[in-house]
Amino acid sequence: MISYTWHFEVVWQYSRLFLAGTGVTIGLTIAVVILGLLIGLVAGLMQLSRSAALRWVSWAYIEMFRLTPLLVLLLWFYYALPMLTGIKIDALSASVITLSLYGGSFYAEVIRGGIISIEPGQSEAGLALGMTPARVMRRIVLPQAIKRMIPPLMNQSIIQFKNTSLVSVLAVPDLLYQGQIVAMDTYRALEVYTAIAAIYFVVLLPLTVIVKMAERRLAQSN
Amino acid sequence: MDNCKIEISGLRKSFGSLQVLRDINLKVETGSVVALIGPSGSGKSTLLRCINLLVIPEGGRIRVGDDAFSFDGNAKLSSAREQARFRSNTGMVFQHFNLFPHMTVVQNVMEGPLSVKGMPKAEAEARARKLLAKVGLSDKGDVFPNKLSGGQKQRVAIARALAMEPAVMLFDEVTSALDPELVGEVLGVMRDLAKDGMTMIIVTHEIGFAREVADRVVFMRDGVIVEEGPAREVIEHPKEETTRVFLSHFHNRG
Repeated sequence: MISYTWHFEVVWQYSRLFLAGTGVTIGLTIAVVILGLLIGLVAGLMQLSRSAALRWVSWAYIEMFRLTPLLVLLLWFYYALPMLTGIKIDALSASVITLSLYGGSFYAEVIRGGIISIEPGQSEAGLALGMTPARVMRRIVLPQAIKRMIPPLMNQSIIQFKNTSLVSVLAVPDLLYQGQIVAMDTYRALEVYTAIAAIYFVVLLPLTVIVKMAERRLAQSN
Repeated sequence: MDNCKIEISGLRKSFGSLQVLRDINLKVETGSVVALIGPSGSGKSTLLRCINLLVIPEGGRIRVGDDAFSFDGNAKLSSAREQARFRSNTGMVFQHFNLFPHMTVVQNVMEGPLSVKGMPKAEAEARARKLLAKVGLSDKGDVFPNKLSGGQKQRVAIARALAMEPAVMLFDEVTSALDPELVGEVLGVMRDLAKDGMTMIIVTHEIGFAREVADRVVFMRDGVIVEEGPAREVIEHPKEETTRVFLSHFHNRG
């Protein structure tokens, strides 16, 4: 192995850029997680609808976004969509829209799966007491389903956090984009990209611990 | 019979091309216990589930108390709300208990009165605790169902159904999923209910219990009622050959 003298103090000089980039990354993640969950809830419930048209529309949406690489989608929404619509959107908006729709397609599957994972006997017991189907959904099915959905929804959100790094290709000033600037400025690629990897890791570590705890509590309560 | 709590006439149901119930006629007197027996696939569970509309029949008529539903002709399908009201009048206990795992035992029993009848919480809880005492579980009110044995779960399920003060109770193979040593405690609760004068329909493989507790036994096979009569008579001296063959399996098993 070649000997290398690490100079992390170079990175430290740019700490304000890293901080700003981390802020953009976290802010973007929060936005696309919230929007994605709303889209996913609607699409997930549409999948369980009695209307075949609603089921088809949500199916088409879910599969279209799940089966296309996120990078391709980002480039398409930023460069191609304006050519189609004639409306130019800025890089941040394109990123938020694409990531929300992409995340929503995965959330939808988690939400649908959570609801249908509840044994039919639970609904039957509620109905047998004289509850209406809507009340059965609210009092019996959803409280149990949401508990089961939380760990996979959190896992999906962790993936979303990492996915935001792709927006750097659209020059959105997230953590990775700022890092690239620093790396070009200083020729210290090793320190810079090591620091970036460490920041992603440090932010996500507590979250994964929380998911693990949630999963364990779920296993106990079942 | 003027004194009928349940009256079923001309009931039909098929799943796809399979006819599960063909022209079922049955009357259950107020305060009596009817045991439905027969091989699996005979339609006895489907019949039971038709009585509280968990399965919607294709034809015929069902009356429970003063409440009647007709399924003949092009009669408009009843609304979800009407079905719910009809169901609240019958209590049902399932083979696999189906307790609500996200609620404590007492909350399970309170759920019907609370959310269907809009009963005040304090009143619902008092009623639930009284019912839990009745099924011998007054000390288990505040635990979650996963801490209970199968027999205890089934007794909670019975208390949950009773909390709605139903006109009739339906039991769907309620001891089939239990370890043999836990069957007795559930049958004991059912025996007490029968003594209290509850109208009950019991789908069961417990032939001995049927003979002891039921007033009448109905033997079903292939979607039809083959034989029906006083419990002792049907079980000890069946008239039909198919009934005799079915019952012989139980005698052989001892």
